[in-house]
Amino acid sequence: MVVSYRGPALRERLLVLAVVLLAAYLCPSTLLAESRPVPGDAIVVGSIGDASRLLPILATDSASGDIVGLLFNGLLKYNERLEIVGDLAESWVVSRDGLTITFTLRPNARWHDGQPVTAEDVRFTYDKLVDPNVHTPYSSSYELVQSVEVLDPRTVRVTYKEPFAPALESWMMGIIPKHLLEREDLNTTRFLRQPVGHGPYRFVRWKTGELIELAANPDYFEHRPYIDRYLYRIIPDQATLFLELLTNGIDLSSLTPLQYHRQTGGPFIARSYQKFRYPSFGFTYIGYNLQDHRFSDARVRRAINQAIDKQAIIDGVLYGLGAMATGPYPKESWAYNPDIVPTRQDLPAARALLAEAGWTDHDGDGWLDRDGAPLRFTLLTNQGNEVRRQVAELVQQQLKGVGIDVKIRIIEWSTFVHEFIDKRRFDAVLLGWNLSRDPDLYDLFHSSKTKEGEYNFVGYADPEVDQLLVEGRRTFDQGARQRIYREVHRRLYEDQPYTFLFVPDALPIVASRFRNVVATPIGIGYNFIDWYAPREEQRYKRLSQ
Amino acid sequence: MWSAECGVRSTGLSFPIPHSPFRIRDIVMASYLIRRVLGFVPVLFLITVISFGIMHLAPGKPTDAAMSFNPKVSLEARQRLEKLYGLDRPLHVQYAQWLSRTARVDFGRSFLDDRPVTEKIVERLPITLTINVCSLLLILGIAIPLGVTAAVRPGRWFDRVSTVFVFIGYSTPSFWLALFCIALFGVTLRWLPISGVHSLDYEAFGSVHRWLDMGWHLILPVGIAAFGGLAGISRFMRSSMVEVLQQDYIRTARAKGLPERRVLFHHGLRNGLLPVITILGLSVPDLIGGAVIAETIFSIPGMGRLFYEAVMARDYPVVMALVTIGGVLTMLGNFFADVAYAYADPRIRVGAAESR
Repeated sequence: MVVSYRGPALRERLLVLAVVLLAAYLCPSTLLAESRPVPGDAIVVGSIGDASRLLPILATDSASGDIVGLLFNGLLKYNERLEIVGDLAESWVVSRDGLTITFTLRPNARWHDGQPVTAEDVRFTYDKLVDPNVHTPYSSSYELVQSVEVLDPRTVRVTYKEPFAPALESWMMGIIPKHLLEREDLNTTRFLRQPVGHGPYRFVRWKTGELIELAANPDYFEHRPYIDRYLYRIIPDQATLFLELLTNGIDLSSLTPLQYHRQTGGPFIARSYQKFRYPSFGFTYIGYNLQDHRFSDARVRRAINQAIDKQAIIDGVLYGLGAMATGPYPKESWAYNPDIVPTRQDLPAARALLAEAGWTDHDGDGWLDRDGAPLRFTLLTNQGNEVRRQVAELVQQQLKGVGIDVKIRIIEWSTFVHEFIDKRRFDAVLLGWNLSRDPDLYDLFHSSKTKEGEYNFVGYADPEVDQLLVEGRRTFDQGARQRIYREVHRRLYEDQPYTFLFVPDALPIVASRFRNVVATPIGIGYNFIDWYAPREEQRYKRLSQ
Repeated sequence: MWSAECGVRSTGLSFPIPHSPFRIRDIVMASYLIRRVLGFVPVLFLITVISFGIMHLAPGKPTDAAMSFNPKVSLEARQRLEKLYGLDRPLHVQYAQWLSRTARVDFGRSFLDDRPVTEKIVERLPITLTINVCSLLLILGIAIPLGVTAAVRPGRWFDRVSTVFVFIGYSTPSFWLALFCIALFGVTLRWLPISGVHSLDYEAFGSVHRWLDMGWHLILPVGIAAFGGLAGISRFMRSSMVEVLQQDYIRTARAKGLPERRVLFHHGLRNGLLPVITILGLSVPDLIGGAVIAETIFSIPGMGRLFYEAVMARDYPVVMALVTIGGVLTMLGNFFADVAYAYADPRIRVGAAESR
C-alpha cells in the first residue's frame, strides 16, 4: 500500500513509546510537566474554497485572506483583547488634531528574499490601493487620505483630509513589496501565484484547486513559528471535509452547529481533536423596509421584537450555539452597551403595542388588521443558507402568535441582492452581517448611504444617529468612541430598524496534538506562531524541514 | 445526413472521371466532409450567441461574488471594477469584443483571478481526461463482454442478473454512492484515501511511487463513474448483438460449420459494435467535461468544478470558453462518429463500391 500520510509507522510509534516509558521511569517529574514548545510537524487545514489572488490588496475571498494573512502583515493588528497594537509598525502616533498618523517600522522586518521592509513599501501599497487601474475593491477606506510621505526608511506619515478613526483598522492591510512589484502589472503579475511576503510563513507551492503549501519563515521578526509547514487543502464538499476529520485527514477546520452538537461527540473526536466555541463577529437580523407604511411606525417594529423568542431560535436552529443579540456588536466588543437588556418574549405587551398603532383583529379572523387590511408581510431571505430558512420559519410561527401573517420567500443570492435589496422591493429581509472589529457603522445606518447598491437599504434616517456616526469616525480616543457607539447601540435597539436576532458562535476544531491553542475574543488564530506539537505527537515528519 | 450523400450520388456524379487519381467515392466523401465542416460555423455562432445571452440574462455580475454586501467595498469601488472589466458597455459590444478575441483563439482573462482562461483550462484538463479515459476504458472493458454474453442467451439468468446490475449502477445517485463508498472504504475500512488526487508528501516520492499514489487516489472516482456508465454501453451492446445474431449471415456462418467463437467474434461482434462506435463519438465532449458532483465530493480540481465555479461566480470569460470548446467537441464528435460509421459499415462500403 502507498499509505504515507497516516503518520509514523507502528514500529516508530512503539520505539517512541519505549523511549518515553524509559524516560518516564528515569525522571518522572520533568516529563509530567508541560513540555516546552518545539519546532516541527505540519498542520493540514481544510477549506471549502480555493484562493484566487495571493496579494493583500486584491484578496477578496476568505481563502485568499487566510493565506495572505500568514504571508503578509499590516502596520497594525488586533491583539487577543481586540485592542489595536503594532505589527510591522513598532509604534505609531496620531496627531492631536487626528489628521496625521506617523508609523515607525520595526527595524528587523525583512521580505522573504532578504530585503528590509521599508517605508517605501508602505507608500507603494497605498499608491496601488488608490491606483484606478488596479483591480482592488478596497480603495474606499483610503479616500480620505491626503498624502503618504516617507520621512525616512523606517518612518512614514499619513495625512488625512479630515480625522478618520477607522483609518487605524485600514492600516491592517498587508504591506506589499515595492522592489518586486514596481515594474509589474499588479492585475496579472506572476506574483499573485508566487507571492513573496514578510510574514511568519513563506510561500512554497500552489496546486490550483488542490493544495497551497507554506513553510515557516525562520527570520520572522517575532520568532520562527513552531509548526514547520502549513498545508491548505481545498475540499469543496462539507460532507467530505467532515469525513476527513473522522480519519484525522485534516487538523483544522470549522464545524456547523449540527456537527458540533450532534456528530462530534464520539470518543475518536474527543481523543483526536479540541473543539472551540466563541462568538463570531457577526449577527443575524430582520431588516425592515422603513418606507413601508407598516414598518415606518417604530411601535410595530418594537412589537415584533417583543413577539420573537430569540432564545428559542438559538436553541432550535443553532443547538444553543449562539447568543441573543441586542445590537450590532458581540458582547466581547468594547462598543457593546451592557445596559441594554434583551427583551424577553412578551406576547401581551406586543399585542398592546400593535393595538396602540392601530392594529387589532377587527374582523375576528385571527389576523390583525387596520383599515380593512391585514398585517401581512413577506420575509425575504437568500437561497443556500439552511440556518436562515429555519430561522424564517420560526419567526413566521412566533409572529402568528400575535396575529401577524408572515410569508416566506427564498431567492437566489444575485437576484436577491440586485432585484430586491438594491431596488428596495421588499417588506422585510432576514440577513446577516459579518463586520470588522472597528465599531464604525456609517455604511449601514447613515442616512447618506441609501443609494441603490449601498448598505443602508432599510432606509434608516435618524439625525441623532447620523451625527453620532460622523462623530465616531472623527474621534480617536477609545473612551470617547466607546460612549458614542454605546449610544448608537442604544438608539438602534430602541428604534429597531433591524430586529437583532442572534450572534452565532464560531466553531473551529483543531487536532489535539497542537498546544497553545486558546479561544479569545479575536478567535484562535492570533497566536498561530506559538502553536506547536510535542515531538512525540508530531505526525508529518517527512514534510518538516 | 447520410441521405444527403445519396442525393449527390444520384445526381450525375456517379460516373468515373477518366485518369483521375481520385475515386468517385473519395470525391463524394470529401464534398460531404467539406459541407459538414462548413455547417459547423453557423451552429457554433448560434451556440455562442445563445450562451452569451443566457449568461448575461442571469442576474448578478462577476463583481458580486466576493464584493457585494461587504461594507468595506463601496459602491464606487465596485462600479470602477465593472468599468475596468468592460462590464459597463452594451451587451452587443461586449459580444463583438469577445468574438473578435475568440476568433484569434484568445479566450481572455478570468474575472476571478485575472489569469488567462487558456492557462486555467490547461491546468484542469489532465486530471479530468485521465479520470474520463480510465473510466471509459473500464466501461468498455466490462460492458462489451457483459452485453455480448447477455445477448448470446437473451432472457436467461446471466442476462437478467447483468441487467439488474447495470441498472442499479445507472439509477444510483452518484453523490450518494460516492459518499457511501468514502465512508465505507475510507473511514470504516481505511483502505482508500478519502479525497484529493495526491498524498500530502507526493512531492517527495519517486516517479513510480507517484503513479501508484495517484492510481490509489483514483480508484473510487473512476470506479464510481464507470459503475454509473455501464448501463448505456452494455445495453446497446446487448441489443445490437441480439439483432445481429438473428441475421441470415450468422445462420450461414453457423451452417458452414464455423466454430461458435468465430461466429460470435468475427461475424457477430464486428457488426454488433457499430452502434457503440456512434456512442463513443458522441461521448468525445464528455471526455473533457468533468462531473461536477463527483469532482466536488472527491476534491478533484477538474473541468467540472472549473465550469461550476465559473458559472456561480459569473466568470463570463471562463464560461464562454468552456461552452465554445464543448460545442466544438460535440460537433467534432458527431462528425467523427459519422465518418467512422461510414467506413466501418460494410453495407455502406458496398454501396459506395456499386457507384463506381
